[in-house]
Amino acid sequence: MNDSSNKQSLTTIDNSWILIFSCWILAAIGTLGSLFFSEVMALKPCVLCWYQRIFMYPLVVIFLVGLFPLDRSVFRYAFPVALIGWGFAIYHYLLYSGYIPENLQPCDKDASCAEINLELFGFITIPMLSILSYTAIIVLLLIFRNRTKA
Amino acid sequence: MNKQTLVMAAGVLLIAIFSMAAFLYNTQMADEISASAQQNASLLVRDYSPTMGDENAKVTIVEFFDPACGTCKDFYPFVKQLMEANPGKIKLVMRYTPLHNGSDEVVKILEAARLQNKYWDILEETYATQSAWAINHTAHPEKLWTILTYSGLNIEKAKQDVLSPTVIQHIQQDMTDARQMQVSRTPGFFVNGKPLINFGYRELQDLVETEIRNSY
Repeated sequence: MNDSSNKQSLTTIDNSWILIFSCWILAAIGTLGSLFFSEVMALKPCVLCWYQRIFMYPLVVIFLVGLFPLDRSVFRYAFPVALIGWGFAIYHYLLYSGYIPENLQPCDKDASCAEINLELFGFITIPMLSILSYTAIIVLLLIFRNRTKA
Repeated sequence: MNKQTLVMAAGVLLIAIFSMAAFLYNTQMADEISASAQQNASLLVRDYSPTMGDENAKVTIVEFFDPACGTCKDFYPFVKQLMEANPGKIKLVMRYTPLHNGSDEVVKILEAARLQNKYWDILEETYATQSAWAINHTAHPEKLWTILTYSGLNIEKAKQDVLSPTVIQHIQQDMTDARQMQVSRTPGFFVNGKPLINFGYRELQDLVETEIRNSY
């Protein structure tokens, strides 16, 4: 009985699993996307971009490990990481859009955090993509926590 | 579909999309760089540019370089070998792209050496001692001056010549041309006007040998 239910949890896809799976997909897209910008398009990541990368990349591994078998405590490990990354993304966005004056930015002259390097379709910028993915991950994690509350 | 298959499929799909996008992007960039190189072909060689090799050689390698750049140093003997392996067929034109901090001062020293007909000797000595004067991506021209004390260069005259407005103007012109030719990293090679798109020794050799075959 116990054995078969274990096996069940490894193969069947339920909604909670889908939530973490989606988080993993988002983190993987964020990772590959940022690598595309820097390695393929040769855009130099600024300091703040690096901090956001630092908190996004490990999420790919944390979520993947949490998926097999689905671990309820993945929330506890992933949430703080995502939250800190989200904080950097917000700060970067405020800087980028001019809400924080330029002389406050911790950037070197090689790659300025306030300089707009890329605008997809005229309005999507890289910090915006970062905020969107961090926000989505955080929302999905919160839903996951509420669902799996014992 | 079970979980493992789903995750595996998603992972493979993401990586496939990444590779495909990278391939498409690179192909498109290569086309653009080639097109712009063709359009700006006249900017590749200036009449003041230092040139090595047979005047009538039919294959011209233009190298945009930074004396403080490690890869430029590594490529220099390789390019010389290519020229020795194909005597009389290749001519090398040097263009300046001093991207490192302070390396424009080093370029000025090279130009001053040129006025004393010691350009290639001093260039080789500059490369050979690069690790002693280029530290942490910053060039220290004063260290190079000390190194060159016994190089046979007339230092007193050279120190006058580095102040010459012609030299400064040449460097600025080279930098402008480099931007036009979309050279943002060094060394930037063009062989008979064709940019070296995939960077590497082998790739440069292939490009040069193709041009030799087409020209002779």
